[in-house]
Amino acid sequence: MGIRFATDEWVKALKDELNKSEGYRDSAKTWEGDFYWIITGMPGEDKEVHLYVDLWHGECRDAFRTSDPTVKTPEFVIEAAYPVWRKVVDKKLDPIQGMVTRQLKLKGNMLKIMKAPKAATELVHCATLVDTAWPG
Amino acid sequence: MWYFDSPHVVFGEEALSHLAQLQGRQAFVVTDKNMVRLGLAALVVQQLDQAGLAHAIFDEVEPEPSLQMVQRCAEVMRHSQPDWIIGLGGGSCLDAAKAAWLLYENPEADPAGVNPFDAYTLRAKARLIAIPTTSGTGSEATWYAVLTDMAEHRKVGIGTRGMLPDYAIVDPVMVMSLPPSSTADTGLDSLTQAIESYNSTWRNDFSDALCLHAVRLIFEYLPRTYANGADLEAREHMHNASAISGIGFGNSQAALAHAMGHALGVLFHVPHGRTVALFLPYTIEFTVKGGNSRYADIARVLELPAVDERMGAAGLVQAVRELEKKVNQPLSVQELKISREAYSRALPELVTRAESDTQIATQPRVPDSSELKRLFEYAYEGRSIDF
Repeated sequence: MGIRFATDEWVKALKDELNKSEGYRDSAKTWEGDFYWIITGMPGEDKEVHLYVDLWHGECRDAFRTSDPTVKTPEFVIEAAYPVWRKVVDKKLDPIQGMVTRQLKLKGNMLKIMKAPKAATELVHCATLVDTAWPG
Repeated sequence: MWYFDSPHVVFGEEALSHLAQLQGRQAFVVTDKNMVRLGLAALVVQQLDQAGLAHAIFDEVEPEPSLQMVQRCAEVMRHSQPDWIIGLGGGSCLDAAKAAWLLYENPEADPAGVNPFDAYTLRAKARLIAIPTTSGTGSEATWYAVLTDMAEHRKVGIGTRGMLPDYAIVDPVMVMSLPPSSTADTGLDSLTQAIESYNSTWRNDFSDALCLHAVRLIFEYLPRTYANGADLEAREHMHNASAISGIGFGNSQAALAHAMGHALGVLFHVPHGRTVALFLPYTIEFTVKGGNSRYADIARVLELPAVDERMGAAGLVQAVRELEKKVNQPLSVQELKISREAYSRALPELVTRAESDTQIATQPRVPDSSELKRLFEYAYEGRSIDF
């Protein structure tokens, strides 16, 4: 039985995978920036889900789910519907293609994201390593 | 979900005469002094005169167009108020035209930050025509541009889907005077785009068809255009191949050879096509070991033995190197006359730049930093990749 997607336990499991990953550490060694990942239309949830992830020099310093989005003002916000996130984590949708097609809506310094393509790839790879249970 | 974008392509002899059919008021030609000196700008102006369009020429595009030059160009454009913008030249001129067009329509945009995720206004003031005078960059068929940030000494890839030219005029007459070395550099750039795009993680059915045919045409016609620039039939097919490869590449992106080539090009001032083609065989050898490549398909198109992917990749590597030799291109970095010392000093920077290059995002087997360093080292010495 996997960990239910987008729970606090899930995002902390992702944090563990990121911090174990040589590939992520190497590719994100110069990255500084934190995120809200917003999941809309998630089965069993009556509101959008906010996951906070703080990434710093190849390390995930903090990761949690919050019901109060005002607790952080991260540099980047990525919002998408639940099926889109599922495709990203299943590696069926490249996150950059997802942003180009506006399936993933990104707020923040786009240029900075575009300078870290390898880190984005490794981050998604780490997400695939989390044993995920998909609701719905 | 994905998109397939292509300009209207006007091709073949006399394609330039399409300009005489334009309806509008004012054209603005973005080009360089070489195009003016060679008389190619005059050929364009002749057609604009027939169409009854007033015209202005900006001929200050540099070989590696800078953000600053593009901003200057957009400023001149604003005074001229064109309703047609014409990029005339190699990839630099076409990229400059695209970027200046975007700034003309969006004066508030940060040129270094133009990206596919934000919305920009295009075609409210003018439409864009791209007229390539090299057969290689494919810029006439893509929606992005590579500029140089002089402050950071860094190449900046910018683009948004709307930046695709409305028309690509692919007239072989415009490349008849291209010297052999540029014919080789740009032709191999086109080949590298096609091979990498066919293997990119963004590959798709539409781009696949284009990339495979482009490879076939380039292997057949590049040696002919190199040997005899006056061979009009070969020139026409190579010019078409470049646009075809560009459309394929524009819809599925390139990969590691481009990331490495951009890094080497900007640090050692080597022509773009020469650098990407130099790295191509090494990156094929590296990528095939990742198990997510399709080099055997390409080998079969070229009628090379390809019982399996490894054999196909090996045959393709050999064929690429033979083609590079035929057109007198270097097979290793040391053949570029870059000293071992200078290269070793630059290695950390080469790795960092390649890692942050957008083209690495679509590489099927992504190298880590130490693998990238080794790739650069092997390519210096001309050693086959064994990791």
